[in-house]
Amino acid sequence: MKFTSMLSTAGEWLRGEGPHHQVVISSRVRLARNLRNRAFPGWAKKAERTAILEQIRARVEELPEMQDAFSEGLQDLAALDKQVLVERHLISREHAAKGAGSAVVVNRRQTLSVMINEEDHLRMQSIRSGLQLKQAFKLVDKVDTALESKLDFAFDPRLGYLTACPTNVGTGMRASAMLHLPGLVLSELINQVIQAVSKIGLAVRGLYGEGTEAMGNLFQISNQTTLGEKEEEIINRLTKVIETIIDKEQDARQTLLQRKPSTLCDQIGRAYGILTYAHAMPSKEALNLLSVIKLGMDLGAFPEHQRLQIDELFIETQPAHLQKNSQQKLNAEERDYLRAQIIRDRLKIFPKPDISKMVGESGNGLTDAPSTNE
Amino acid sequence: MHKVNLCEACSKEKGVQDPTSFALADLLLGIGAAEEIEKGAPAKKCAVCGFSQADFKKTGRLGCSECYGTFAEGLGSLLKAMHKGTEHIGKLPERAQRTMALNNRMRALTENLQKAVADENYESAASLRDQIKQLETDLSNSA
Repeated sequence: MKFTSMLSTAGEWLRGEGPHHQVVISSRVRLARNLRNRAFPGWAKKAERTAILEQIRARVEELPEMQDAFSEGLQDLAALDKQVLVERHLISREHAAKGAGSAVVVNRRQTLSVMINEEDHLRMQSIRSGLQLKQAFKLVDKVDTALESKLDFAFDPRLGYLTACPTNVGTGMRASAMLHLPGLVLSELINQVIQAVSKIGLAVRGLYGEGTEAMGNLFQISNQTTLGEKEEEIINRLTKVIETIIDKEQDARQTLLQRKPSTLCDQIGRAYGILTYAHAMPSKEALNLLSVIKLGMDLGAFPEHQRLQIDELFIETQPAHLQKNSQQKLNAEERDYLRAQIIRDRLKIFPKPDISKMVGESGNGLTDAPSTNE
Repeated sequence: MHKVNLCEACSKEKGVQDPTSFALADLLLGIGAAEEIEKGAPAKKCAVCGFSQADFKKTGRLGCSECYGTFAEGLGSLLKAMHKGTEHIGKLPERAQRTMALNNRMRALTENLQKAVADENYESAASLRDQIKQLETDLSNSA
C-alpha cells in the first residue's frame, strides 16, 4: 500500500466508534520482542542491524494480517511522513528519529503497526477506537504467536521476554488508553485522579507518551510494570481503573452541569467563538478549544451527526497532517493561519451551540431545574 | 523527586538539552542505579555483545539478551525495585513451553531413577536411564 493511500483513509481508531468513545479515544497494546543473542538495535553495528531488519521484515510482511500493508524503511520516509505516522500513533517519536536499519509495517486498517529496530528488535502494536484493550491485546498476541514460530525470541524462563530496557522485561507489554477528561480538568479533580492512578503502579502521560505535555485535556494511562503479572491481569486491572475514571469523568460533567452551568456554557461558547472567527490558531490552543467543543458535543450542545467533523479536526490540525494535506512545507506562523482557516471552514456549516439542549443524566434540559433526580 | 514532563520546545527553552548527557541509568532507575550494576559485575563485559557496565551507565539500555545473564547480580535488585514481582508469570513462547515440559519430565525421571536404585530395582533403573538419555538428546535439540 502506498503512503498516500494510507494517508487518505483514517484509521479505525480515528473514526471513534469504539465502546465508551466519548471518554476513551483509543486503546493500544504493544509487545516488545528481541532476537536471542543479537545486539539490541541501540547497541548493534549498522551491518548487524540491517541483517536483523531484513530477517524480521520478511516475516512480518508475510503475516496474513499484513496483506497489502504499508511497509517502508525509515530512511525512505520523508520527515513529514514520519511525523504523520507519529500523529496517528502508528510509530513512536523515537522511531521517527531512526533512519537506515529500521522499518515500519502498518496493516491496511491501521489497527496494527510493527516497528522494527526501534529500541527493541520488534515493537508490535495494536490500536483500537474506544475502550478495547482486550481486543487490541488479542490481535497483537496472535501476531506475536505467529512470529515466534519463525523467529527465535529472547526469552528467559524466570525473567520472561528480554528487552533492551529493563523496565520492559517480562511480558514486554505496554497497554495504554487515551482518555479525554475535560470534566475532571475543569472541576480541578484531575490531579487527584493522576495521583491515585500513579499510586497503583500505573502511569499517566500526555498526548504523545513519555515526557510529553497534556494538551486538549487528553491523557494517556498505561501500566508501569511488566514483570510479575500476567498480560491478562494487567489488561483487566487497567480496564477496571479506566472504567472508574470514565465514571468519575461523567460524574464531574454532571456536577458541572448542575452546579456551574454558566461556566460550562461560557467555556463552550468561547471555544466556538474563537474557533469560528480566529485567523491564527496554534496547535496547542486548537486542541484545547476542540476539546471543549467535543465536551459540548457529548453534552448535547451540538448535533450528534456532526461528531466526526470535530474528531477529525483533532488529527487534521496537527502540524504534519496540516502540511501533508496542503502539500506544502509551512513554517509555524503559516501553519497557524492555515489551521485557523481549516477550522473556520469546517465550523461554517456547524450550528451554534444550543445550550438549551445540554442535558444531564436526569434527561432534563439545562433550563429545567434538575430537582427530581437529586 | 519533582517530575516534569517537557516537550521538545520547552526542554530547549528550559535549557534541558541532550538527555543522554545524564547517566540515563540513574534517571531511569533512580540515583545510584548505575553503580548498583557496577557493583554486581566489576569490569565485566558481555561475552556475546561486548557491552560493559559503563555502557549501561551511559545509555540505561542493555546490549543484548545475554546481558541479563552477564549482569544478573546487579540487575536483580533493580528489577525487584522496578517491577511488581521478580519472576515472569505471563505468556510463554511455545518453544519455552516445550523445553519446560521436557525439564519437568527430566526431573521426574531422575527422581524415579534415584528411587529405583535405592530399592535395588535394577531393571527399572536401566530403563529409566535409557529414557533420561533420550530426553537429554531431545532437550539439546530443542534448545
